[in-house]
Parts: sequence; C-alpha cells; structure tokens
Amino acid sequence: MAAKVITVTSGKGGVGKTTNVANIAAGLALGGSKVVCIDGDIGLRNLDVVLGLENRIVYDLVDVIEGRCRLRQAMIKDKRIADLYLIPAAQTRDKTAVSPSDMVRLCDQMRPEFDWIVIDCPAGIERGFRNALAPADMVLVVTNPEISAVRDADRIIGLVEAEEKGPALLILNRVNMEMVKRGDMLTPDDVVDLLAIELIGIIPEDEQVLVGSNQGVPVVFDQKSRAGQAFRNVCARLNGENVPFMDLEARPALFGRLGKLFRGAAD
Amino acid sequence: MMMDTMQQVSVEIKGVQNALLVTFGEGDWLLAEASLLQRVDAQNAFFKGARLVVDVAERDLKAADMGKFRDLLSERGVSLWGVLTTSVTTQETARRLGLATQLPGSKSVRRLSERRSTESQEQVEALLIRKTLRSGMKIEHSGHVTVIGDVNPGAEVVAGGDVVVWGRLRGSVSAGVETNPNAIVCAMEMEPTHLRIADTIANVPARRRGEKRGPEVASIFKNEVIFRIWKK
Repeated sequence: MAAKVITVTSGKGGVGKTTNVANIAAGLALGGSKVVCIDGDIGLRNLDVVLGLENRIVYDLVDVIEGRCRLRQAMIKDKRIADLYLIPAAQTRDKTAVSPSDMVRLCDQMRPEFDWIVIDCPAGIERGFRNALAPADMVLVVTNPEISAVRDADRIIGLVEAEEKGPALLILNRVNMEMVKRGDMLTPDDVVDLLAIELIGIIPEDEQVLVGSNQGVPVVFDQKSRAGQAFRNVCARLNGENVPFMDLEARPALFGRLGKLFRGAAD
Repeated sequence: MMMDTMQQVSVEIKGVQNALLVTFGEGDWLLAEASLLQRVDAQNAFFKGARLVVDVAERDLKAADMGKFRDLLSERGVSLWGVLTTSVTTQETARRLGLATQLPGSKSVRRLSERRSTESQEQVEALLIRKTLRSGMKIEHSGHVTVIGDVNPGAEVVAGGDVVVWGRLRGSVSAGVETNPNAIVCAMEMEPTHLRIADTIANVPARRRGEKRGPEVASIFKNEVIFRIWKK
C-alpha cells in the first residue's frame, strides 16, 4: 500500500473542516480502506471529539515528533470501524511545536501501511497551514456559500497553487436548498464560477451533522441522513468512482437554469 | 565526514532597512542554501527573528525549492521576506509564494514609470500572466500588464502602463501608477472593487449581479475615470 495524503483546509474558520475530515475518513474506512487521520490543529484540538475518541488519548502528535512515544502508541483505533485511526493534536502546545518537514517525515513513515492519510488543517494561512500542506498529495478546500468564506477559499486555492500542490478540489458545505431557492444564498454555480476548481462534493445543511458531532458519531454512518449520503458520495469520488451529484444536490443548478429561462422568456 | 569535504559557497550578510540582505558567491543552489543554514545555526542568536532578503542572482528556483528554503528558515525562527533575482522563473516563483522581489521601501515601480512615461510606448515592457489572480495575490510591474484569466476580489494589479484583463475584473487595479493619465484598463467583464488610473480613483458603478455589459474600457476623460463599452 502507498497512502495518498489528503489535506482538508479552508482558510476561514467554522466552515466545517473538522466535520469533513471526520466524515471523509470514516466514509473511506467504511468503504474498506485503511485510513489514519491527523489533527493538525495543535492547541485547539477537536477532531477527537467529533470522532468520539476523546477519552482514549494517551499520546499525541507532538509526543511522536519529539520522540516521547512510538508512532503506534499515538494512533487511536476507532471503536466502530476496524481500519480507522486517529493521531490527535496536542492541546497544551502551539503550532510551532511541529514543522513542515516533521509532517512530511511522519506521513512518509505511515504511507506503506495505509491507503489514506487525512489531515485536518487549522484555520488561517500561517504555520499550521504550512504544516498541513507540506505532505499533501491532494488538497480539499471546504467552503460555505457565503461571500467571506468563498473569498478566503480563493486565497487558499491560490496558496495551494503557488506551492504546486494543486489543483485543489472543492467541497461546498452547508448548502441550504430553501435559501438557494429564495435567492438568499449563493448557488453552487455562483461559487464554482468564482473559484474555478473542480467540485467534489455538495453537503446539504442537515441538523444530523451537529447531532452526530456532539455525540462523536460522524453522520456518514447514518444511512438516512442526506448529509451522510453526500459524504459517502465524496468518498466514492475520491476512490475514482463516477457518482452523479445527488438529486437534491443537482437541484439548485437545474432551478437556476430554469429560472433564467423563465426570466429570459418574460423579458 | 561529508560536510567537511563538501564545497562551500561564500555567504555575505549586510543590514538593509529592517532586513538582512544575503548574497551568495558562485555555486549551485543546494550548496548555497546549506552554507547559509550552517551560518544561521552557528549564529542563531543573531539571526533569530530576522527578516531575510536573499539575492540568488541568476539561479532558477522552483516553488518546491523556495518553499522548502522558507520552511527550513522558519524552523530556525528566521523569516524569508524577499528574493532578489535576475531569473524570470525565480521571480515568478517568489511572486506566487507572496515574497517581495525588491528591497523593502524600494520605490522602483514609481521611478521606472516616471522614466518610462517619457519614452515611447513601444519601448515599455509588458508582463503577460496566464492564470487567474486569486485573493491575496499582488502583481506589480512598471510596464503594461495583461492577465489571461480573471482578477478575483481581493487580488491586486499595479502597473506603470495599461492593464488588460482577458476575463473578469473583480479585484483592485491601478494603471499608469502616479504619473501616466493616458493609461487605460480593459476587461471582458468590468466589475472592479477598486480602480485607479494615475492618481484618479474611479467611481465604480454598482451593478446588478449577473448583469452582462460585455467588454469595457476605462480611461480618464476630463479628470474623471469613465467606462465605455468596447466597440470594434
């Protein structure tokens, strides 16, 4: 095996990076891959909470890098899926405890044993971002359909291109169909039009996502959730499958086009 | 040991306005880099917290090289602020990584445009950029600038001459910086957040999102920036 390293980033905070990492990692593992995720948000860790592994942390990323434990000891095995592991962030240190070359070395060490390494990047464009980007083979940019989040995503995509890690792939998170229909939210078309990168997922707004995060059960396990289905689709696309966007995901684009058609006819 | 037999590249360091300017002697980049890092490690107290401007002369550096160099310095508490070079490749890399390509406080763009406004238009060098400029990117050039791609909100173009955008202009643009009121700005879709020609700031009309007006040209007419729809 030779793992592919995916870095999930956004620039702006609070758009759902950690939730995406938890769901994509769990989704890939559900699909039979061997997956390890790394919380790159040193000092503000929460991937462990979202995955429900908080009370099993003994060692963390900084312990591995500073040689206080072996890599194996810091990997927490998920309780539900056989092949899902987490390397948690240190809570009592800051981003400077890890360097970009540490991350490259760490990932290279794990590559032979895994199919996927998923890195949760902290918000911002400083050291934490450099750390998370250094080992990446593939970059997923998460954004919300909000002008400020899209602006920051644009900045991040530019930085990813500058580091020759691109082209990044886009996940549009928390799309509210009702608001899109009322014309109160940017449509997926608007966002893709500005950012001009390939879309790999549209995640609908869904209360179950928050419920899942609070309970430590990623929504991707929930067969009935629309967001869960959207995350499973992202995983399938990462595995190279050609999955059409869900009916509900395709709706805004279709409506947009129909709307324009009607407006055109009325003019 | 390898290190003892390894060829050294001479490293010269001097202070320039709030930064340290590093110049190298002959030798390839990896050796130059190693020699500088060795120096930084040996005199860590001196270098810690410093901003470096590195003159790499004609060496060609790709993003991977320069990114690694920046990271190696930052691990030692030193920040890479700028790269001086005569190589086009290296200059492009530095620009893309958001590093300065001239010394801090340098006014070379303005000086050049002053000098050039007296020269004939044909002699002004143009810069062609074949990609979309994203938020946070800044292009500064003393001559004309052509962008084949979009200029997104948050991106900035500063030119001594004209600016032509073969795409959507939604960011900030300054043409004919300071001294050339004859400069123009053209775009396939003109929706700048900020537009300036010489020292005149445009009053950009607020437009309905999705309104298509087609290609437009901005120029100065009676001390005001006006927008005209492009006609053959």
